[in-house]
Amino acid sequence: MKKTILSITAIATLAIGLIGCGGAKKDGSGAMSGGNAEKVYVAPGEHDEFYGFISGGFSGQLAVYGLPSGRLFKVIPVFSQDPEKAYGYNEETKPMLNTSYGFVPWDDAHHPDISQTNGELDGRWCFINGNNTPRIARIDLKTFETTEIIEIPNSAGNHSSSFVTENTEYVVAGTRFSVPVPQRDMPIDEYKGNFKGALSFISVDQEDGGMDLSFQILMPGFDYDLAHPGRGASHGWFFFTTYNSEEAHTLMEVNASQNDKDFIAAINWKKAEEYIKEGKFKTMPANYAHNVYDEHTHTATSTMKKEVRALDPAECPGLVYFLPTPKSPHGCDVDPSGEYIVGNGKLSANLTIHSFTKMLEAIKNEKFAGEAYGIPVLNFEDVLAGTVVQPGLGPLHTEFDDKGNAYTTFFISSEVVKWKLGTWEVLDRKPTYYSVGHLMIPAGNSRKPSGKYLVAMNKITKDRYLPTGPELCQSAQLYDISGDKMELLLDFPTIGEPHYAAGCSADLIKEQQTKIYKLEENKHAWVAKNEKEAKVTRNGKEVHIQMTMIRSHFAPDNIEGIKVGDKVYFHVTNLEQDFDVPHGFAMIGANTSELLIMPGQTESFVWEPKQPGVWPMYCTDFCSALHQEMQGYVRVSPAGSNIELSWSLDGE
Amino acid sequence: MKTTIKSFLAVIGLIGLVSCGGAEQGSESSTASGESTAETNTPLGQASVVDETSDPNILQVAIGSADHSTLVAAVQAAQIEHVLVNAGPLTVFAPVNAAFDALPAGTVDNLLKPENKATLAGILTGHAAPGSFDVEGLKKEARKGRKLYMASGTYLTVTVEGEDVFVEGAKVIGTIQTSNGIINVVDKVILPG
Repeated sequence: MKKTILSITAIATLAIGLIGCGGAKKDGSGAMSGGNAEKVYVAPGEHDEFYGFISGGFSGQLAVYGLPSGRLFKVIPVFSQDPEKAYGYNEETKPMLNTSYGFVPWDDAHHPDISQTNGELDGRWCFINGNNTPRIARIDLKTFETTEIIEIPNSAGNHSSSFVTENTEYVVAGTRFSVPVPQRDMPIDEYKGNFKGALSFISVDQEDGGMDLSFQILMPGFDYDLAHPGRGASHGWFFFTTYNSEEAHTLMEVNASQNDKDFIAAINWKKAEEYIKEGKFKTMPANYAHNVYDEHTHTATSTMKKEVRALDPAECPGLVYFLPTPKSPHGCDVDPSGEYIVGNGKLSANLTIHSFTKMLEAIKNEKFAGEAYGIPVLNFEDVLAGTVVQPGLGPLHTEFDDKGNAYTTFFISSEVVKWKLGTWEVLDRKPTYYSVGHLMIPAGNSRKPSGKYLVAMNKITKDRYLPTGPELCQSAQLYDISGDKMELLLDFPTIGEPHYAAGCSADLIKEQQTKIYKLEENKHAWVAKNEKEAKVTRNGKEVHIQMTMIRSHFAPDNIEGIKVGDKVYFHVTNLEQDFDVPHGFAMIGANTSELLIMPGQTESFVWEPKQPGVWPMYCTDFCSALHQEMQGYVRVSPAGSNIELSWSLDGE
Repeated sequence: MKTTIKSFLAVIGLIGLVSCGGAEQGSESSTASGESTAETNTPLGQASVVDETSDPNILQVAIGSADHSTLVAAVQAAQIEHVLVNAGPLTVFAPVNAAFDALPAGTVDNLLKPENKATLAGILTGHAAPGSFDVEGLKKEARKGRKLYMASGTYLTVTVEGEDVFVEGAKVIGTIQTSNGIINVVDKVILPG
C-alpha cells in the first residue's frame, strides 16, 4: 500500500514536471527517447527496487549495488584485506583470514547465494565461496559484514559452491580440482583412480547462521564445476556438473575434452543424512579453520577443527547417480519448479535439459547404462527432458523468470538467449558487450524469480568505457526482461571480476538494517564505555591504551611515558550512539591500516614506535564540524627512560 | 505512515524544483498556482530523516519536552531545524517556556513574524555553541577562564556560584546528553548584549 502511494505521487510528480513546461522535450534523444534512461533513473534521495550482490571475483570481495540504477553502495570485504575498513588489519578481524595454511589475505570470490526459506529468498544471510584456499563465508545482511568463514578440507579450487538448499539446511561446496585425500606425496601421473573430489555439506544453524561442516561425499577424481539444489519435488537432491571425467592431469584443455559426455552428479542428500545417522561414515583426520566474528565482543576467533565425516558413494547405494551430459558441462541450473536440470555443455552445440521425474523413474526401474567407481550411470535418453537446438556458442549459465522462460549466456557468441521451458524454442537473443559469463535475475535461484531485470556479467570490456590503460574494469549490463523481447538498459562498471551475483527485492533487507551497535552491549575485552573508563596500562613492554572517541575529541588525547621498543595497543571505542557517525583512527608510522569504528564499536591496532619524539594521531573520518580538531599526541621517550606513564584530556 | 509523509514532503520538494520557469528566471518567481517557491519549498534537510534506533538528537529531545514548546516553535519559525540534527557537536542552552514568557509583552509574537526570521535565527544560534559542554565542562570553562564561542559569533561568560552554573546570567537547571550534543536547560533567554 505504501508503495502504491509512493509510486502514484512519483508518477504525478513526473507528470507535472514533464507536461508542465514545454521546454524539456527538446533534449529528448537517443536512449532518452526510447525511455531507457527513465527506466534506470532513480531520482536523488529515492531508493532502488533491488539489491544486487555482485562478487568481486579475484578481488575477493562482494560489492553491493542498487538495481536498476547500477549505483555501487558498499564493497563488503570477505576474503581480502581492506585497509579502508581495517578488515584483516585490525586485531579484531585478523582471525577471519586464518586458514590451515596460516594467514591468507586474499581469495577468489565466486558465487554469492542468499539464504532461503521454503524455496524463497529470506534476506538473512549471503554466502560466498573462496576458490583458491577453499573457504565459505557468511555475510550477515543486517550489518553487511562478513561474520563467519569456514575452510573446506580435502578440497581445491572450491568452485561448485556456495549454493543453499531450500530451507538453508545446508550451504554446499564442491571441489573443482580433485586431489589426493588425504593429501600425500605421490606421483602426479598416478592421478587416475587415486585422486578424489570432495562434495561438502555445511549445515547452517537456523538461529544464528552458524556453519558446521556436517559431512563430505568423496567422489571420483573428476572436476566438479557448478551446482544447484533441487526445489519443490526435487528438494532433498543436489546437482553438480562434472568435467574431466577422463581424469586427466595435464594439458586439460585437450585431455579433459575427449569424452563425448561427462556427467551431472545427482546427490540425494536426504539419503546422506540417513547414512550419517546410521553411522556409515568414516571419520577422517583433517585440519581446517573455522572463524567466527562476534557482534558483541566485536572480535573474531579462529578455531582449528580436526576431523570430518566422509561418505564413500560406492558403499552407500542410492546416494549418487550420474546423468550423462554433453560436453564438459559448466553451469548446472534448476528451474523454479524443480523439474528441469539444465546442463550448459560449454563445448556442446545444444543445451541439455534433464527431467527430475524421468530420473526418479529410471532409478526406480534400476535401468542403468553402467557404473563408474560403483556409482550407477543412467541412460542419457532415459533422463532427457529436451534439447535447445543450436542456441549459440559456448553456453555457460541459465537463469529463469516468473513466466516459464529461461535465459542462457553464451560466452563465445557473446549473447543472452531467451528460450521456453517445455517447448525448448528460442524466443529472443541479445548481444552482450563482451563475452558474458554468469547472468543474474533477482531471486533467479528460487521458486519465485522476479521477471523484471537480468544482469549480464561480462569478462571483456574493450571499448565500452573511457580507457584506463592496459587494465580495464569489467562490467555488468542490465536488461529489461519484462516484455517479449529483452532490452539492454544500462552498462555499469564493477570491482574485480563480476563473477556471479545474487539479487533480491530491497524490501526484504532494508528495514532490518543495524544502524548502531549498542554501547551497553559492547563486550570487547578492552572497551572503555565512557571517558572515565579510558586509561593506559603497562605490562612489561606491552602498553594498552583504552581510548574513547566522541565528537570531536579522543580521551585521552595526550599520552606520555611510552618508550622506544614498546608494543602499543590502541583499543579505541566509538561512544557515539547516532546512525552514520563513524570515527576513524590513525597513528603516524603505524605499520597497518587506519581503524574505521562504527558507533558503539571497539577496534584495535598495534603501534611499535621506533624513535623518540612527540607523535600525532587523528580521526580519519570527517565526523563533525570540529573533525579537524580531533587529534592528539603521544610522547615517546628513549628505551630505558624514567618518564612515568600518564594520560590526560584537557590537562585533567 | 511515516513513509507516506516523507514521500509527500519529497513531492512538495520536487514540485518546487520542476516548477515552470523557475529555473530560467531565478528562484524568486512564483509557481503557476501562484504560491511562492519559498513558502512551499521548506526543506528540512537531515531533520526529515527517520531514525528510531539512534539516541534522540537535540531537536527530537526538544520536541519531546513540553517545557520547550516556545523554543521549538521559534526554531521552526526560523527554519533552523536542520542545524539541531546536524553532526555537530553542538551544545544548546535551551530556555524553558517561562523564560520566553518573562520577556516584555509582545516580544515573542513579534519575533515569530516572517519578516523577523533572520533576527530570530540570530537569537537562537546565540544559544548554541560548537562543541560538547556538560555541567562539568562548563565548570571547567569557568575555572580556566575560557569563554564559550557561540554559533552566532558572540562569546558568553560562564560563572559558577556554589553548585550553580550560569551562562551570561542564565542559570543551568538541567543537562541532557543527546546523540549529537548536549542540551543545557536554562531559565532565561540570552539576548545579544
